[in-house]
Amino acid sequence: MPQLEIVDLKASYGSQKVLEHINLSVEKGEIVSLIGPSGSGKSTLLRVLMGLLPPEQGTVRLDGKSVNYANKAEVRELRSSIAIVFQQYNLFQNMTVLENVMITPTRIKGWPKAQVEADAIRLLTRVGLAHRLKAYPDELSGGQQQRVAIARALALKPEVLLLDEVTAALDPELVTEVLDTIRELASEGITMFIVSHEMSFVREVSSKVVFMADGLVVESGSPQQIFDNPQEPRARDFVGKILRH
Amino acid sequence: MSDFHLAELFSYYNVVLLLKGLAATFLLSVIGCFAGFVAGFVIAILRMTRSLALAPLRAAAFTYCFLFRRIPFLVTLMLVFFASQSSKLELSTFSVALVSVCLIAAAYLGEIIRSGLESVHKNQWEAAQTLNFSYLESLRHVIVPQAWPIIVPPTFSFFVMFIKDTALASQIGVMELTSASKVLTNKGFSAALVYGTVLVLYFLISYPLSRLGKRLENSLAATRNRRP
Ligand SMILES: Nc1ncnc2c1ncn2[C@@H]1O[C@H](COP(=O)(O)OP(=O)(O)OP(=O)(O)O)[C@@H](O)[C@H]1O
Ligand SMILES: [Mg+2]
Repeated sequence: MPQLEIVDLKASYGSQKVLEHINLSVEKGEIVSLIGPSGSGKSTLLRVLMGLLPPEQGTVRLDGKSVNYANKAEVRELRSSIAIVFQQYNLFQNMTVLENVMITPTRIKGWPKAQVEADAIRLLTRVGLAHRLKAYPDELSGGQQQRVAIARALALKPEVLLLDEVTAALDPELVTEVLDTIRELASEGITMFIVSHEMSFVREVSSKVVFMADGLVVESGSPQQIFDNPQEPRARDFVGKILRH
Repeated sequence: MSDFHLAELFSYYNVVLLLKGLAATFLLSVIGCFAGFVAGFVIAILRMTRSLALAPLRAAAFTYCFLFRRIPFLVTLMLVFFASQSSKLELSTFSVALVSVCLIAAAYLGEIIRSGLESVHKNQWEAAQTLNFSYLESLRHVIVPQAWPIIVPPTFSFFVMFIKDTALASQIGVMELTSASKVLTNKGFSAALVYGTVLVLYFLISYPLSRLGKRLENSLAATRNRRP
C-alpha cells in the first residue's frame, strides 16, 4: 500500500486553475522529486497536501486512508505526520533558532522539555548550526534559515517530509551536507517530497522524479527515465535546457 | 490681589472639588483605556478569524468599529445618555460617561490592534497552522509578539488623545476636571489660574502614560521582534 496517494487532484487560486489531474503515489521511504518550470504548481501541490489550500476535487490518501480537508480533526491528524519546509522558510521571526525548533514539540505536542531540547540541539548540530542556537532568523543567511526550518520539521518526527526548493539557497558544500541528511532520513524510512532545481541532486537522491508544467504532471518515472530518456516533448525540452546549464 | 486669589482657589472646598474632578477624569481615562484595550483586543481577534460560523460576529465587530470611529465622541455620549434615560437602567451620569468612553476606546483600539495583527506576514500564520497551532496558539506564540511593536505606539498616542476627550463628559454633567474648572471660573476665579491648574492636572495623568508608552516602545525595539 502506498504511503501517500494523490488521485485526480485539482486546485485553484480563485478562478485561476493551478493544479489539475494530479496523480501520484509514493511508497514509504521513497524520495519523490518535483521538477518543472517556475509557476508550474510545485509549491501549490505541497500547500494542498498540507491543507493550506483546499483541493477542489480529487483524493489524497495517507496510509490508505483518504483525507477530508474540510474536516479540521482530519487535517490536524494529517499535519501531525507530515511536515513541510517552505520555500520561504517561514521561521518564526520572534523566536531564536532553538525556540523555533522547540516550540512545537513542547507547546503543541507537550513532549518533555529536556528531551526536546537535547533532540533540537542534536538536529541543529546535524545541519551545522550548533553555534547559532541563540540567533534570530533575521540574523541568519538564507541557507542557514533553511537548515533551521529543516531541523524544525524534523523535530516533529514526521513520517512524510515536504521540502520546497531545499537546495536553492545552499552553497555547494552545504548541498552535499543537506543531501547526506536527506539520504539518511530516507534510509530511516521518512518519505520525502522534494522540489528542487538542482538536477544533479535530484538525479542522485530521487527514487522517482515528477515533471510538472502548467499545473499538470507531464511525465513521471525513475530519474534515469526522466533525465536520460524523457518521452514527453516538454519534459525533454526542460531537461535538455537545464542539463545544458 | 493674585495672592489672595491663589489662596482662595486652594481653599478646602475647591481642592476637594478639583480632586474629585481629577479622580473622575482619571477613572474615565484609565478604565476607558484598559477596558477599551481588552475589548479592542477581543474585537481584533474576532475580526481576524476566518471561520464561517463566526461570520455574523465578525460582521458585528466590523460594523461596530466602523460606526463608532465615525460618530463624534459627543454624539456617542448623547446616544448612551438618552438610551439610558429611555431604558429603565437609570445610570448615573458618570456611568453613562464610563460606558461611552469604553465604547469609543474599544472601537478605536480594535482597529489599531487589528491592523497591527494584520501587519504580521501571512507566512507566519501558515507556518503555525502547518505545525498544528490552533488559532489562539498562533496568536499567542507567533502573531501577537510580532505585532506588539506595531500596536504599541498608536495605542499610546490614542490613550493620550483619549484622556483629553474624556472632558466631553462635562457636557452631560459629570463632575470631572473640565466641569470642575467651569464651576470655579463661574465662582469668579481667574480663568488663567483655574485652567492653568487643570492643565497641570491633565498633564499629571497623561505624562506618566506617554512615558510608559515610550518605555514599552524602546524595550520592544530592543527585543528583536523584527518582521521579515
Ligand atoms: N497566493 C496565490 N494567489 C494566486 N495565485 C497564486 C498564489 N500562489 C501561487 N499562485 C500562482 O499559482 C501558480 C503556481 O505557483 P507555484 O508557486 O505553485 O509554482 P512553483 O512551481 O512552485 O514555482 P517556483 O518554481 O517559482 O517556486 C503560479 O501561476 C502562481 O502565479
Ligand atoms: Mg515554488
